[in-house]
Amino acid sequence: MTPNLEEYIPIVGESALEDLRLLAAKLQGKSILHINSTSVGGGVAEILNRMNPLLQQLGVNSAWKVIKGGEQFFEVTKKFHNALHGKAADITAQDYEIFLENGRQNASEIATDADILFIHDPQPITLINKKMQNRWIWRCHVDVSNPHQGLWHFLEEFIERYDAAVFSAPSFAQRLAIRQFLIAPSIDPLSDKNRDLPPEIIDEVFKKYGISRRKPIVTQISRFDRLKDPLGVIQAYKLVKKYIDCQLVLAGGGASDDPEGIHVLEEAKAAAKGDEDIHILLLAQNDLEINALQRGSTILVQKSLKEGFGLTIAEALWKAKPVVASNVGGIPLQIAHKYSGLLCHSVEGAAFAIKQLLNSPAYAKKLGENGQEHIRRNFLLTRHLRDYMLLFHSLYHSEDVVYL
Amino acid sequence: MTALTRANEPFHFCTRMHLLGLTGFKAANLCDLLALIKEVPGSSIYHHTHRFLQQHQFFSPEPPNDFAYWIREVLGEEALAERLASIDIMEFSSIRELRDTIAHTIEMYLKADSAVDKKFARKGEEFVFIKSMSFVAWTNYYASTLEEFADVLQKITIDSVYFHIFESRLRLGKATNDFSNWFEHALGEKELAKKIAGFDPYTLTLEDLRASLVRLIQERIAHDPKS
Repeated sequence: MTPNLEEYIPIVGESALEDLRLLAAKLQGKSILHINSTSVGGGVAEILNRMNPLLQQLGVNSAWKVIKGGEQFFEVTKKFHNALHGKAADITAQDYEIFLENGRQNASEIATDADILFIHDPQPITLINKKMQNRWIWRCHVDVSNPHQGLWHFLEEFIERYDAAVFSAPSFAQRLAIRQFLIAPSIDPLSDKNRDLPPEIIDEVFKKYGISRRKPIVTQISRFDRLKDPLGVIQAYKLVKKYIDCQLVLAGGGASDDPEGIHVLEEAKAAAKGDEDIHILLLAQNDLEINALQRGSTILVQKSLKEGFGLTIAEALWKAKPVVASNVGGIPLQIAHKYSGLLCHSVEGAAFAIKQLLNSPAYAKKLGENGQEHIRRNFLLTRHLRDYMLLFHSLYHSEDVVYL
Repeated sequence: MTALTRANEPFHFCTRMHLLGLTGFKAANLCDLLALIKEVPGSSIYHHTHRFLQQHQFFSPEPPNDFAYWIREVLGEEALAERLASIDIMEFSSIRELRDTIAHTIEMYLKADSAVDKKFARKGEEFVFIKSMSFVAWTNYYASTLEEFADVLQKITIDSVYFHIFESRLRLGKATNDFSNWFEHALGEKELAKKIAGFDPYTLTLEDLRASLVRLIQERIAHDPKS
């Protein structure tokens, strides 16, 4: 259930809400229609499930529609998704035709007469064929820093007919003839994954998994995926363990339907064999437990080899935890090295940073506090909401300084 | 000291929000960075010299600009980073002058040691040029006296303080900050205006800046002969 906007005031302050109300008031008379491909599951639906009702609470005329598509269509778009992420893919002429045909069917069923059309990700991208005098935005939630070139050229023909494109990280931007904006994703401080927890709940979760809280705990929360480098984390922990008696928690889910994930999990278990201080937890989706594990840990690690935006960093910093993370994807946007966390490039670098933080609790605490403030000001849902409303306003202005 | 007065024209506080735009330009070494610094829009130079101040406003005084930060952390050129970080932005009244000084500082450094340009950023660590689009809106806050001003100053967003002190001076090319201008011309408070204009706000965090402004105004109120 979406919280009431007023519930964010103790977190972000009354003045931040005043800014939102002001922007919303200036959008009176404009209608906005979000379109994506699913109403449940996945990051985009999660954002829209919060964002659309909050816009409505602010008095903005915002609506959300979902395109239809059969099994074939979603197989093709899954292939597109992987190819945009840079995976090798064989996309056939038939795939493109299935994609275009589905677009034509949806175009005949969805009314696109709102003032602003906000199209999320590639699935509904061809609706731009219906563009009239209204304004259209294409919101890319995918890491397209190294896309499949043939597919990108196919999509580019549609993208460049939009008024603006929006990306999540600077490295995702492409050379395009249209305006490009940078809007980072956000976390919701009132969700189960991020809200404050009483110490009893945290204790209970650690007890449930048999993790002692008497020794320092270094934790990485990630699915078991090679790109998250769980084996590298174990190596780094072993380097630290030579000098500091600590524990390692590797916790994540999502391996059951992913053959490679199962393999990575087994490799991690093998690497951890014989060390009772390494806890490998395969969790079902349970936001509250993840929250508790993060809050009860001494240091959080994200040693990814490749990362999209990496919102687990924002989640960790929001809990004022010292973080050691790889300098990849959107992570450096969230961590300014030595100010709000420590960035690393290798197993040895991660080990050194973990030792530094375990040996200097005051420094670790300061980094965590800085990190929490950084997230409060830049990566919470309220900032995301403000950016979306600024984006709507930007469609009617081309100058660098706009007087509303 | 003269008695406090009431302004005929109240000070109307603005707020300022920004949206980031992508320019599509990125640099992997110092020569590319220099060429692009000369070429990108002023709104990009403005963003990279003020981003840290806004996003990390709670950290510490003397925040580095993005160019200095990248040159130190990615290229490892500590000496040049220090020179760029210590450029006194208060001395400039336009982005054009600021851009020229940054470019000149890099040029001189490259001239002294051309081997520096052989250092390249790793893939994914290039300097990506971003620009900032500002949205300025009137708030519902007004002040006609120093007492009212100090009161509002404690309520408004930090973005509002930022706009009146930094952006209106440098980006909109005004001679001084909005607060000093109003104190002097609407209230006749020349001394207070001068004190505030003489601040180097770049060496304070924004919250410290707000607290310092409030303290100066309250000190002036305490010295009012009528009080």
